[in-house]
Amino acid sequence: MESSGADKCADWASPERVELRRTVRGFTERYVLPNLDEWEKDGEVPRNVHRVAGKLGLLAAGFPENVGGVGDMIDNLVITDELISAGASSGFAAALLTHHIALPHIVASGDEYLIERYVLPSISGEMIGCLGVTEPTGGSDVAGLATKAEDHGDHWLINGSKTYITSGARADFIVVAASTDGAGHAGVSLIVVDTSSAGFSVTRRLEKMGWACSDTAEITLVDVEVPKANLVGERGTGFYQIMRNFDGERLGLAVHGYALASRGLELAVEWARTRRSSGAPLTSLQTIRHKLAEMARQTEVARVFTQKVATDFAAGRVGSKEVAMAKNTSVYACDYVVDQALQIHGGLGYMKGSEVERIYRDARILGIGGGTNEIMNEIIAKRMALV
Amino acid sequence: MNIAVCVKQIPDPAAPWSLDPSTHNLVREGKLILDDSDAYGVEMALQLVDKAGAGEVTLVSMAPRNETSGLRTGLAMGAAKAILVTDDQLAGSDALSTAKVLAAAIATTEFDLVIAATESTDGYTGTTPVQIAELLGLPSVSFAKKVEIDGSVVKVDRQTEAGYDEVICPLPALVTVTAGVVEPRYPSFKGIMSAKSKPVVTLSLADLGLVGAAGGAVAGQEIVSVQKAEARQAGVIVEDDGTGAQQLVEYLEQLKFV
Ligand SMILES: Cc1cc2nc3c(=O)[nH]c(=O)nc-3n(C[C@H](O)[C@H](O)[C@H](O)COP(=O)(O)OP(=O)(O)OC[C@H]3O[C@@H](n4cnc5c(N)ncnc54)[C@H](O)[C@@H]3O)c2cc1C
Repeated sequence: MESSGADKCADWASPERVELRRTVRGFTERYVLPNLDEWEKDGEVPRNVHRVAGKLGLLAAGFPENVGGVGDMIDNLVITDELISAGASSGFAAALLTHHIALPHIVASGDEYLIERYVLPSISGEMIGCLGVTEPTGGSDVAGLATKAEDHGDHWLINGSKTYITSGARADFIVVAASTDGAGHAGVSLIVVDTSSAGFSVTRRLEKMGWACSDTAEITLVDVEVPKANLVGERGTGFYQIMRNFDGERLGLAVHGYALASRGLELAVEWARTRRSSGAPLTSLQTIRHKLAEMARQTEVARVFTQKVATDFAAGRVGSKEVAMAKNTSVYACDYVVDQALQIHGGLGYMKGSEVERIYRDARILGIGGGTNEIMNEIIAKRMALV
Repeated sequence: MNIAVCVKQIPDPAAPWSLDPSTHNLVREGKLILDDSDAYGVEMALQLVDKAGAGEVTLVSMAPRNETSGLRTGLAMGAAKAILVTDDQLAGSDALSTAKVLAAAIATTEFDLVIAATESTDGYTGTTPVQIAELLGLPSVSFAKKVEIDGSVVKVDRQTEAGYDEVICPLPALVTVTAGVVEPRYPSFKGIMSAKSKPVVTLSLADLGLVGAAGGAVAGQEIVSVQKAEARQAGVIVEDDGTGAQQLVEYLEQLKFV
């Protein structure tokens, strides 16, 4: 039988990846699905789940072996795909895999001290990290940060605030983007801050439309002293480090898009087969049947295109433009599919507690997080030499 | 403590099954997977070896077309190596031929204990393991719901209809385990990746010296015909109009239950 997350690119269906999917599905069914409603209410995923996932190696995929990693970037995308296709939810995947946006800059810097202290324990599931770029004054404009880190000889003194920070309420550390050397791209640096530091506080847990089990925080830093050793990479290269890693995050979100669409499609097909109208299942109605066909088509296009772009990106054949195209393709497909999936469920789709209702809400973030649809189009337009 | 675990690779039970119209054998064309009931045996073996602090787990399987995907699952769980017997002549083997093949394959490796499931999910004869024990001259204990090694003996809680027997059996021995003896682990991603480089020895009937009449391990059974199981009859519905209890008693009396 073809699983809903079945791969269409040969690379994605190697025997090891088929086996990996089985492990992810088992993990989801045993540890996630029975508890998900509770976590959605609590607004967070318990730490222990990170440890279980860490033990299964699900947090290690795509990191180099010398930092405790195994496999490659596609393996990590396969994990994301299977988590969401198996119903673990897009919000859960975001919460569990936040380290994939928090750690790459540290890993790339090769800084042994920071790797030992933050990367290894995050990959084993002992620590939770997060990434703090967005500020209350704006997220799309990464070069215009207001958070400042002053050089005080043996330490940085950081002041500022961050918002919409995924896993920020649970995190042990945050990789903060701050201005160390004045305004503009060249002034931005990345610094790791322990959330136990004096002056660090979570000012609010943000209540969201979707991704309810993924905690999202507003954070303030008031005169936080951070050792000099916590600078990630070279001073003044933060902007470029962030940009370089955005592509990985965006491919991840493109996978969220088609996987969530495929889950929505599965629920809609199931419902249309069992729900009856005038004595016959909904699938006997051409308007419903064709809706499902169109949903399947869009999901498939998004899946095949995203997987191809990811495979090409991993091989260095394509760059930010194609990644932006994959993200938007997947996001638009997902928007359409979850909307129609809800429609096919009728009144039930509008009821809290139905999975399709949650999927509908969860999907809305995908065109905003990791760079908005508009920003993706800007990236594409720039590379078409239109600006 | 070296343990050989018999594992069967079967068509995915979640996928539709079909029988070959001429041989009436199960069609095994697509990818095969590790029989779920064997995952318990693999887990049990891994835990026993782990407790013993030394030794390794060897998987032993007979399957068509050099099929190893199910074996990879067991290797990913932690088994050290696998022996696969694959031979076109084995298509449609019955339980005894299978037992002969597996016994010969097990004999090529060092073992203190052989573990098998009580029965496979696709065959359900439940006779292969005890035949293997007999062929290897081993004592066998079936239906284990708990297994412990204590020096040179294996202690087994053996599930019975009424409860369980406590059995002590000298090693080497063969034990069949029930589902639920332990909770099988999911292979970790690292386990999956390292399984790629673990050895799988592939043997033919000739390699095992089982060719010709003397070996007699080739398919010895013929399935003459297959009938659909009769559909279950609807049960008796007792409507309680105040005499429900009486009606139930009469019904049970009729069946001679009371
Ligand atoms: C649930 C959630 C989780 C998040 N997690 C994190 C996290 O972990 N870490 C983190 O740092 N951030 C995180 N974010 C922030 C996210 O990256 C930003 O919301 C996003 O980048 C958009 O920034 P903004 O909200 O400030 O919107 P703005 O930048 O204010 O944008 C508003 C609108 O203007 C458009 N716009 C802005 N600039 C341009 C432009 N140059 N060209 C065309 N259109 C433009 C946008 O597309 C958008 O439609 C998260 C957000 C959410 C909602």
